[in-house]
Amino acid sequence: MIIYMCIAIMFFVGLYGMMVKKNIIKMIIGVNIIGYAVNLFFIVLGYRKNGIAPIMVPGMEIKDFVQKAVNPLPQALVLTSIVIDLSIICFLASLSIRIYEKYGSFDFEKIRRLKG
Amino acid sequence: MVNLPLFIILPFGVAFFIPMVSRKFKWVPDVLGNITTFILLLLSLMTLNQEHVYHIGGWRAPFGIVLVLDGLSCLLLVIINLISFMSSLFSIEYLEKRYTSKLRYYSLFLLMVGGMNGTVLSGDLFNLFVFMEIASIASYALVGFGCEARELEASFKYLVMGNVGSLFVLYAVALLYGKTGTLNMADVARILKDIPYDNLIAFSFVLIISGFMIKSALVPFHAWLPDAHPSAPAPISAMLSGVVIKALGVYVVIRLIFNLFGFNHIISNILVYMGITSMIIGVCLAILQWDLKRLLAYHSISQMGYVFCGIGLGTTLGILGGIFHLFNHSLFKSLLFLDSGSIEYETETRDLNKMGLLYKKMPITSFSTLVASMSISGIPPFNGFWSKFIIILASIKAGRPIVALWAVIGSILTLSSFTKVCRYSIYGKGEKFDKEKWEKLKEVPDFMSIPLIILSILCIFTGLLLIGLENGIFGPVIDVLKGGVLEYINKVLGD
Repeated sequence: MIIYMCIAIMFFVGLYGMMVKKNIIKMIIGVNIIGYAVNLFFIVLGYRKNGIAPIMVPGMEIKDFVQKAVNPLPQALVLTSIVIDLSIICFLASLSIRIYEKYGSFDFEKIRRLKG
Repeated sequence: MVNLPLFIILPFGVAFFIPMVSRKFKWVPDVLGNITTFILLLLSLMTLNQEHVYHIGGWRAPFGIVLVLDGLSCLLLVIINLISFMSSLFSIEYLEKRYTSKLRYYSLFLLMVGGMNGTVLSGDLFNLFVFMEIASIASYALVGFGCEARELEASFKYLVMGNVGSLFVLYAVALLYGKTGTLNMADVARILKDIPYDNLIAFSFVLIISGFMIKSALVPFHAWLPDAHPSAPAPISAMLSGVVIKALGVYVVIRLIFNLFGFNHIISNILVYMGITSMIIGVCLAILQWDLKRLLAYHSISQMGYVFCGIGLGTTLGILGGIFHLFNHSLFKSLLFLDSGSIEYETETRDLNKMGLLYKKMPITSFSTLVASMSISGIPPFNGFWSKFIIILASIKAGRPIVALWAVIGSILTLSSFTKVCRYSIYGKGEKFDKEKWEKLKEVPDFMSIPLIILSILCIFTGLLLIGLENGIFGPVIDVLKGGVLEYINKVLGD
């Protein structure tokens, strides 16, 4: 149970960083932390104590295998989701470099020109 | 029988292929991009009135990944591919003047189209998320395509908000997977139907719906839209307002509510009241604007309110009105954004005060702006009138005259704000009207005016699609939504 609480705390820390912080780099870190929290949650769903990799090797009993193997689906999903996270973080970072070139600042208060 | 994966493979394949060949030949991106969107349009027209479940790799439904084609997805496919063809036709000349890298533009454009086609066809929660992210990331990049200061800022805002929405969705998908042990939408619906309703399901429902409502920009979640939509190049604004908020937002919300969680009285109230709020607040903010594209962007929020109002009523007539308004809005809003693009192309300004007397110099653009304005403000016989009329009629019939009253007020405010547009840009002139510049104006090139003409004709005549009401062309869509959870389960998992 405690790990789920930790994940929830991590999620809200990320959300706080994303929503409250004024510095663009800190916002990007917030995005990253939320992504980690969700991915970790997915992994924990498929966790099994003393589990083995879900690969069937010759000489293994099928009943034994079913009892011990971890669920491979969340791992596959998390791989995909990490790739998506990576592309978003890369895009955000390159965007913030461009923003720094134009505005000369990482402070979102100073960047704000779109209003109304 | 149309092969469903084509809708996804074709745009992705061409998007990959364009950057490889077009370094040598400058004309390649234009030709390939337009041919691809045209083929997709033909394919989507061929799917009309068909139902099909495609099993990827031959694996049966709960274990493999499925693509589901039914009435609702058919309609959305036609909308996506029609508007994307019009936008890519418009881009040929439009991009020459202000933007440089056509190959990146078409590549991202096709990624976005492919992602939306995938979202609409997917029958699997995680694939829905992945396709949504592909389309969203392409659209974040396209919003900042000009690389000017404001465009970058808008893109950053859009990305942060959109990413919060996506992560909410992913979290909800994880919760639902933990609860049901499956990701297939029909299978999730089957399991949720049998187990008692508890807090976990309610929590994941709220997370997933608010995630997708951020994408569809209903009022509490609308902050990114008025920045992002005006900053993009005009054809992309047309795609964002005309299609992206529908395919990634409205469609998924409707699909999840009606076919996965089940529709009930409380959800109906939530949808209707959120619809009314965004209808009124969107239009009130729109009247105050002097930037043409920003004004149009606020109207997107307001018109999405009508769609949610209609569908939220839950009656056959209400759903018909909502769906028909969704279809009409994609036509007239993309037409308006393309018009604003061609006005910007010639006058090089978006400020209504600096425009004036365009009807003498740009007859096609002015005429199509007029048609689209009358359409969005609901003047008969244009298509916007019929859909708003049906929504109002449905809310009276459902015993909710208050909804009808607000819808009428919203419609009057819309009319007044578009009177402002026509008064300042087309028939009158603004305060800072520049006569010397006006003398040099001329009509936009052919490739830009063809989509304007086609969309205006569609705006005038699509009112005819309503013939037969619920037994007419929108019949299959209403069947999908009225059939609810059970029918969807039978369709996907049956046989």
